[in-house]
Amino acid sequence: MSAPEHPHDSGSVGTTGHEWDGIRELDNPLPRWWLWIFYACIAFAVGYWVLMPAWPGLSGYTKGILGRSDRAEVVEQLARLKTLRGAQNARLAKASLQEIEQDPGLQAHALAVGQSVFGDNCATCHGVGGTGGKGYANLRDDVWLWGGTLDDIHRTLQYGIRSGHPQARFSQMPAFGRDQILTPGQVGDLTEYVVALSGRPANPAAVQRAAPVYAANCVACHGPEGRGDPLQGAPNLTDREWLYGSARKDIQAQIHGGVGGVMPAWTGRLDPETLKALAVYVHANAAGQ
Amino acid sequence: MWKNHSKLERHSLLLVLGILLVVSVGGLVEIAPLFFLEGTIEKVKGVRPYTPLEQAGRDIYVREGCYVCHSQMIRPLRDEVERYGPYSLAAESMYDHPFQWGSKRTGPDLARVGGKYSDAWHVQHLADPRSVVPESIMPPYAFLAHKDLKVDDIEARLRTLTRVGVPYTEAALKNAEADLLAQVDPTASGASLAKAYGDRVNRRDFDGDPERLTEMDALVAYLQMLGTLVDFRTYEAGAAENLR
Repeated sequence: MSAPEHPHDSGSVGTTGHEWDGIRELDNPLPRWWLWIFYACIAFAVGYWVLMPAWPGLSGYTKGILGRSDRAEVVEQLARLKTLRGAQNARLAKASLQEIEQDPGLQAHALAVGQSVFGDNCATCHGVGGTGGKGYANLRDDVWLWGGTLDDIHRTLQYGIRSGHPQARFSQMPAFGRDQILTPGQVGDLTEYVVALSGRPANPAAVQRAAPVYAANCVACHGPEGRGDPLQGAPNLTDREWLYGSARKDIQAQIHGGVGGVMPAWTGRLDPETLKALAVYVHANAAGQ
Repeated sequence: MWKNHSKLERHSLLLVLGILLVVSVGGLVEIAPLFFLEGTIEKVKGVRPYTPLEQAGRDIYVREGCYVCHSQMIRPLRDEVERYGPYSLAAESMYDHPFQWGSKRTGPDLARVGGKYSDAWHVQHLADPRSVVPESIMPPYAFLAHKDLKVDDIEARLRTLTRVGVPYTEAALKNAEADLLAQVDPTASGASLAKAYGDRVNRRDFDGDPERLTEMDALVAYLQMLGTLVDFRTYEAGAAENLR
């Protein structure tokens, strides 16, 4: 089979002299536009070496005439951002939480900051709308484990709950069943007692048996009537809000194993002005206290 | 001289050697010096080799291919610093073998995830990501909570890392298994753990099941340490010796 003639091989272009199995390589010149861009790139690279950090040496690297540094640039950009936010942030820093809430202009700023920070940091647990989920508090209602005033919320945000921060909110419900403080029978009776507290039908005999157990073990935090204590993060057992589920098996599991949710401390990760704005945002979106 | 290339082109071995020579110039000039330059790694306080439990968690992180979707490098760009926190330093991955910087983010960067969420959140999120982040496309890793952590080979694992320059002391290697167990058991003394890794090591049951030591414990311990070793309150980002 003979190879077909190349359509452009009119004889005007010479060959490189290479030939394999009858295939010859034409010596076409490179397209000019391509060649010039190629030369321009080389020239650019030489210019770049001179102007920008480029060549490593034995004890450092060539810094370039412009002295550019990515890290210096980001430091400068962050500083510029700080100046840009400076005026408003200074007002946030100076005003008390209550003053921020009462000043419509400042409050609007705080809400905008709060919303953006909430989406980035808080929504992961509390949900984009702040309605929470099992184990993560609903921030849109009027039920607050650790208090729902502006100052309470601000403090919880700063130091967290059982976060390991020395000023964190802390309390520890014992694992009454697992640590064998109570017998399985007593845990079962207490479950009925808690169900009764929340106004639901429960086994009356069990409730009666549990009353002294409740008085001996639970009153200190949850109170004689089960209304809880925000100073200890003890939930109100008489309402219909359940952080870890309202079913008997959920309640029993909590009495058996004890519960204590953890919220990280945000001081250090977020700056003080942002934390104030966030507190105002969370407070504004809740049915307030 | 220009005609001599025909020799290279007609001998495949010569051609391969020639190609290797040319390609390695880039690496030799741009990469090799970084291993010997003093200024490559910033001098910062706090970076230490990983504790045995964290290293076990790191091995699981690598085994499960977390790096396929998650990077561990916050780049020195304003928006990254605004979102994730201070940009990553070379010092922070000096004991990483292999490093987990990554260049593709399907999920968020994890370089500063330590302490950002609670242990319970991590456990729930790993077991069922969409239960906490509805829009997530991360696969579930619930099996980690049911799989006992293999601890008997931890000393050998750490010893292997010393071969590539991680400075575990002989005592730390000998105590590796005990240190691992002490980190998940706050009632243990933990003196040798503190001696080898400092007193800022997180010590608790991580997976919410104190009865068992699972792979979930190790992975959460690793995640909760990420990005927390350097104290950035004392790090001067603008100081001349820290600029690059």
